[in-house]
Amino acid sequence: MKGYDLFELAVRNLRQSKLRNGLTTVGISVGVASLVAMLSLGVGLQQLATRRLAGSGMFDTVFVTSKQDFRGFDREEDQKTEHPENAPVLDEPARAKMTHLQYVTEVEPEIRVMGEIVSAGQTHFGFVTGLPMSARENEAFDNLQGKFFSGPSAEEVILLNDFAKEIDPKDPKGLIGQEVTLRYGERQALAPDAESAGRPQLSGTPAGGSNATSGDDFGFSVVRKTQKLKVVGIIEEEPYGGMRTVSRGRIFLPVDLTEKLNMAQFSDMRSSLRGGGGKTYMTLTVRVKDPGKVAQVQDAINKLGFRTFSVLDATKSLRRFFTVLDLFLGIFGSLALAVATLAIINTLVMAVLERRREIGVMKAIGASDGDVKRLFFAEAGALGFFGGVLGIALGFAIGKAINVGTGIYLHRHQLPAEAVWILPPWLIGAAIAFSIVVSLLAGLYPASRAAKLDPVQTLKYE
Amino acid sequence: MNSVSISTAAPAVRTFNVCRYYPMGGGIIRAVDGISLTIESGEFVALLGQSGSGESTLLNLLAGLDRPSSGSVLVQGRDLAKMSSEELAAYRRNDVGMVFQAFHLIPSMTITENVELPMRFAEVNRAERGQRVRESLEQVGLGKRLEHRPSELSGGEQQRVSLARALANRPSLLLADEPTGNLDSRTGEDILNLIRDLSISLGMTVVMVTHERALAERFAQRLVFLADGKLLSQEALA
Repeated sequence: MKGYDLFELAVRNLRQSKLRNGLTTVGISVGVASLVAMLSLGVGLQQLATRRLAGSGMFDTVFVTSKQDFRGFDREEDQKTEHPENAPVLDEPARAKMTHLQYVTEVEPEIRVMGEIVSAGQTHFGFVTGLPMSARENEAFDNLQGKFFSGPSAEEVILLNDFAKEIDPKDPKGLIGQEVTLRYGERQALAPDAESAGRPQLSGTPAGGSNATSGDDFGFSVVRKTQKLKVVGIIEEEPYGGMRTVSRGRIFLPVDLTEKLNMAQFSDMRSSLRGGGGKTYMTLTVRVKDPGKVAQVQDAINKLGFRTFSVLDATKSLRRFFTVLDLFLGIFGSLALAVATLAIINTLVMAVLERRREIGVMKAIGASDGDVKRLFFAEAGALGFFGGVLGIALGFAIGKAINVGTGIYLHRHQLPAEAVWILPPWLIGAAIAFSIVVSLLAGLYPASRAAKLDPVQTLKYE
Repeated sequence: MNSVSISTAAPAVRTFNVCRYYPMGGGIIRAVDGISLTIESGEFVALLGQSGSGESTLLNLLAGLDRPSSGSVLVQGRDLAKMSSEELAAYRRNDVGMVFQAFHLIPSMTITENVELPMRFAEVNRAERGQRVRESLEQVGLGKRLEHRPSELSGGEQQRVSLARALANRPSLLLADEPTGNLDSRTGEDILNLIRDLSISLGMTVVMVTHERALAERFAQRLVFLADGKLLSQEALA
């Protein structure tokens, strides 16, 4: 029998017992809806967690340090490095190399220095950190009052709300648009002649040897400087969830400006000891296009001879957790579908009993056992298909209700609404396919029972 | 009763010592017990006997609905006993048309759909199906009641639909199991007239089970008498 004939006959047979088949279809749809609602909840929660974590800016970032510097996070790897003193230095050429690696979107130093803001004659101490332009996407700036930096070198400052309150307890927001003065320490290289020209006398010899010509070979001095800055914005929370060096600041400047100001950093002490080669970085943060490419970029940077760290392992654990959660939600969701499966078996067995004579007639006029079996399979599949489609609609309604309910609850707690239930397109197809497969499996027994009916017996006794 | 000589030239059906036994309550029912019979192509044969004499079982064996316990059933040279169930289904679909006493129409289907059903199994394309349904129903004189359901028809009309369904796949062998059993005598006569006319015009072999000897004598070319599953005698009619 041809496919369309099979489908046509199956649908017309199902229409003969509208109530029974309708109830079975509703049963399947409740099962599918429960499965879809559960799995969509899993997907929604996973996306919510991923969104939150991605917002922290940790998952698309690789932190790079030189093996010459302090111990990293991987002690075993440190022990494998035989001569750390020969390891490459984290300097400008190394930064340029990393910038050109595939999937790398940004390489910025982690700059954090001590500074003071002078406003209305008062001095307020705080850590100054440099933020890249990409920090705008960070969730800490979602509720930014004012504006973000107009450019990577703009002479602008964003303050942490607590710090702004310290400057102006009455109207911290009033600082936006005002000009303040930043006082900081500038790193100035010592020239060989400066050494003998009234500067503090150094007892040692220049580390770079007699051929060295770079000013840094002789160390540096820290000179107090000031810079006028316009306050453009105030943020409530520390950026990057307070998890990075640059998070722990109260005065935020565009990172290029902090570099241009040549602020003296803690790492400069280390480079002054090393001597030669000019400016080095303590830590570079490498931003990767897609969190999935972090391992690849990390590997490439490791090959350049640097030590790297990322929170990739944390995402792996997160994925594992959600896989288990999805599995459990899927099992709970499937329970209703399992009950629906019994309903399908019951419906089809009843149909076989009721249609014994019809099956006998069909066989007498030329239907093969296979035709009869396929017909019952088609009926089971059609029940599954219609149940699946109805189930998706029902599941969608349940999901929307969950989202609305969650929204109301969050709103009552003064929290922004979050979509905790997300129905991905693949789940629509998968749920319908699953419903059909389950129905076909449920149809196995009734179909084989129908196919085995002896036409002589069915025609004799009816 | 006179016995008849059986021609061996291209018989439509030939059975050799065919038996069909059923186990029942520790014993065995010999429904068909060693019948050898030859039916020529285009012949109209009536199987006569008391109820339970094995004529319906023999008809089921000829229809490929049942398999013999022993012996063989040859239809156009093919041994039904050696066919697989799929081959038997194809045989029922393409070579045999069946008419039953109880009509056995599917009540939920219209007349058109009932007649169309065997063609669906034979995978006849849709356009040809429509044409053949009309042809078959016109042959039985029901060309204008295509969309009626069986319950809306009289017994005679239902049997005509059953006949149209049996003709749908243009079989060479028509098997009728008491086709007049549920009809009044006049309607029964009409049906048998129709069967005989179709048999002649389409060159179809007809094997009919009946308990009404008078009707059989009027329409069949040969009477075959069965008793207790055995062939009792045969009688050729003019």
